[in-house]
Amino acid sequence: MAADPLSRAFSALADPTRRDLVARLTTGDATVNELAAPYEVSLQAVSRHLRVLEEAGLVSRSREAQRRPVHLEAEVLDLMTKWIERYRRQAEERFQRLDSVLEQMQEQEQDRATPVDADVREGTAP
Amino acid sequence: MTTSSSSERYLDAAIEADPTVPMIHIRRDFRATPAQLMRAHTDPEVFARWIGPDSVAMRIDHWDCRTLGSYRYVGERDGEEFAFRGTFPEISEHRLVQTFTWEGMPEAIALETMRFTDLGEGWTRLHAQSLCDSFEGRDSMLSSGMDVGVHEGYAKLDRLLADGEVAAS
Repeated sequence: MAADPLSRAFSALADPTRRDLVARLTTGDATVNELAAPYEVSLQAVSRHLRVLEEAGLVSRSREAQRRPVHLEAEVLDLMTKWIERYRRQAEERFQRLDSVLEQMQEQEQDRATPVDADVREGTAP
Repeated sequence: MTTSSSSERYLDAAIEADPTVPMIHIRRDFRATPAQLMRAHTDPEVFARWIGPDSVAMRIDHWDCRTLGSYRYVGERDGEEFAFRGTFPEISEHRLVQTFTWEGMPEAIALETMRFTDLGEGWTRLHAQSLCDSFEGRDSMLSSGMDVGVHEGYAKLDRLLADGEVAAS
């Protein structure tokens, strides 16, 4: 596991169950039991996932309340998603330029591939 | 790493940061043949037409796109130049392997492998994986061109983590 905080956060979100947990916490705090309910995995497994998210700084757990609800650290998530989304957007912009270059390339290839109409005989031209 | 079903389409670029190695995956589907995509990456005249944004004039300084060849191209924005360079360890029919370096950080050299897979019906999938030399290198690549530089970003993240009583692992 990478030592630096950003990589830890990226690694934590690389798992689909953990991404799902984070997505559900965006609507509000929840207890471990509430979070575990929809999954067909043990409570321990969900706790382990939450521990990884907690160590990456993405969620925190209240020390006071008996229920110890899990809270999403939205700012950390926001910072990360901004970084990766911006990188993705730059790639997508580049690919859209590539889309139009490919389109032009295909038009040129079709132009070259159009066979000269050899069937036109004298006197039958429209 | 998830395996994608063949019915899944990447009409928009999808990005994935690998959890175990400092790698980024990008996938995107194109209405073109693998050969056309390959040419768009290997023919310097075609490549120059899409690689840089409109605000950046890209000049191909050196281009020898074949196995064991090398390349260098220079972008200019607001009078400031930034150059990229690398080598091509392998160019084959469906795969392009290149090293990638921004000359501003010459010690950070990424290895990029690009595959073009024919999906049929006139579609081809581009899958690019960039392997960086460290997690820090990957993260600075991801944050490149950000308003918030990588060090500011770390500083901010450190503050957020400190505030959140995060357990040290």
